[in-house]
Amino acid sequence: MIEIVNLSRHFGQLTAIDDISFTVEAGEVLGFLGPNGAGKSTTMKMITGFLAPSSGSISVSGFDIGTQTIEAQKRIGYLPEGAPCYEDMNPLQFLGFIAAIRGFKGDEQQQKVAQVVTTMGLESVLTQKIETLSKGFKRRVGLAQAIIHNPEVLILDEPTDGLDPNQKHQVRNMIRSLSKDKIVIISTHILEEVTAVCTRATIIANGKIVSDCSPAELESKSRYAHAVTLHLTEQQSAATKLSELPGVSEVEVNEEGKLLTVLTEGGQSIYEQVNDLVRQESWQVDALYVEKGRLDEVFRKITEEVV
Amino acid sequence: MEMVVIFKREFASYFSTPLASVFIVIFLVLAGVFTFYLGNFYERGQADLMPFFNFHPWLYLFLVPAISMRLWSEERKSGSIELLMTLPITKLDAVVGKFTAAWCFIGLALLLTIPMWISVNYLGDPDNGVIFASYLGSWLMAGSFLAIGSCMSALTKSQVIAFILSVVICFLFILSGFPLVLNVFKDWAPSVVVDAIASLSFLTHFSSISKGVLGFRDLLYFLSLIGCWLFATAIVIELQQAD
Ligand SMILES: Nc1ncnc2c1ncn2[C@@H]1O[C@H](COP(=O)(O)OP(=O)(O)OP(=O)(O)O)[C@@H](O)[C@H]1O
Ligand SMILES: [Mg+2]
Repeated sequence: MIEIVNLSRHFGQLTAIDDISFTVEAGEVLGFLGPNGAGKSTTMKMITGFLAPSSGSISVSGFDIGTQTIEAQKRIGYLPEGAPCYEDMNPLQFLGFIAAIRGFKGDEQQQKVAQVVTTMGLESVLTQKIETLSKGFKRRVGLAQAIIHNPEVLILDEPTDGLDPNQKHQVRNMIRSLSKDKIVIISTHILEEVTAVCTRATIIANGKIVSDCSPAELESKSRYAHAVTLHLTEQQSAATKLSELPGVSEVEVNEEGKLLTVLTEGGQSIYEQVNDLVRQESWQVDALYVEKGRLDEVFRKITEEVV
Repeated sequence: MEMVVIFKREFASYFSTPLASVFIVIFLVLAGVFTFYLGNFYERGQADLMPFFNFHPWLYLFLVPAISMRLWSEERKSGSIELLMTLPITKLDAVVGKFTAAWCFIGLALLLTIPMWISVNYLGDPDNGVIFASYLGSWLMAGSFLAIGSCMSALTKSQVIAFILSVVICFLFILSGFPLVLNVFKDWAPSVVVDAIASLSFLTHFSSISKGVLGFRDLLYFLSLIGCWLFATAIVIELQQAD
């Protein structure tokens, strides 16, 4: 469990983190969202013990990061922003070094290294200096380093930034496959990632938590939640009739009247009514489906309110 | 234990770049130039290594900061310090591990001058005890330069600034034992003050060691100097977390 209580961080005059508190339970995968400069990385740096808080406290698995730093850090795997590592080493040496620091020796050490090399697909670059690796491979080395000791708490700052689609998929699978008693905190600007892997989405803006709920709840805050979209084969003046249906708040018309999105009032389901109307009026329809909430729109709404 | 792991990584890192060979070559060439041209090694007609060791403070003044400047500045610049400081190791493990790696590296360069020792034995009949003590003293002095440099390197991201700061501070530590400087004080300051200033100097302690008397006071001087500056390094790093 991670417990954060009244955490603040100032850089000179600037307040990067402004009195935030939250708890993360074992089994949760927390997506940390927020605009650039919101304070995501700063929070992660404090959880991992790199930066000291200006005030407030953080405990990781019951260990206070300020006073029992080493004990807490043993339980954390951390991928810092930009995945810095010792670039003059090759991945094999580097991972061996990390494994040694994490207390693995001899055969066990080699086995741990071999294991993460396979997980992150690093076989082809093992003896190449890290400074000559491509951005995505560097990130994979950084991820490998973070999971080598099978940590209870995994903190990943933009883990999929710069990865190819296959690797993104791989990393998401990796996160999902972690056993259910672990804590994962990932920061990301890719909103689909939150729906794909997270059990909880926490949005931070200007150093404050502005939203904290499940990704599904976040989606339901979208004005597109439960909206119904129809693709008409031919242009029709369907918009007026649709907007007269009960529970409809608005109809958006696109592509010269062929693409209509029917928005609902207060998130009630209107698929049935729209479907009935289509049959009643015998409109030719190519597709008719219920929209999912649009996270980017919710994200914008929530974070722009703050500014 | 973690300290040893850090030591190994750091020590190996000197050899993964051209740094090691460049440094060692420059060290040996300069040591040779100082000894044979400026030190009148042959003309003195004495079988000892005095001219060689006499120049060591000046040799270290520029070469040791060139090694120490990267100790922490580079980590801060590349961001790898964030990785290092979030691994389960203490600040002291990191500081001492890095320092000893650099110190051993300089020790290695020093060892490579042993042919000079062999040749004085071939040319004459030197006091090998004195030479051994001088080697040890020289290495201890290098360690003190290095500890100062380590602290300066922790202060800044810029290796250039770290280099300049180290040179300046090391220079002050050499200078405080120079007769020229001491004479300025001798005229008016009480002799306790003059002695105190002189006793802070690398030169005072190094020259007494290189006369062959490996006194407890000189050992203590260098070791406590190293200890203090390494402690300061750890504090600087600690403070940066809260900065
Ligand atoms: N060392 C520092 N000195 C001064 N200000 C800092 C420092 N580190 C971070 N900040 C400031 O703190 C604020 C939060 O930065 P942080 O890196 O946590 O943002 P972020 O949410 O990770 O943004 P991004 O999405 O761009 O990574 C920013 O305004 C940043 O300029
Ligand atoms: Mg960030």
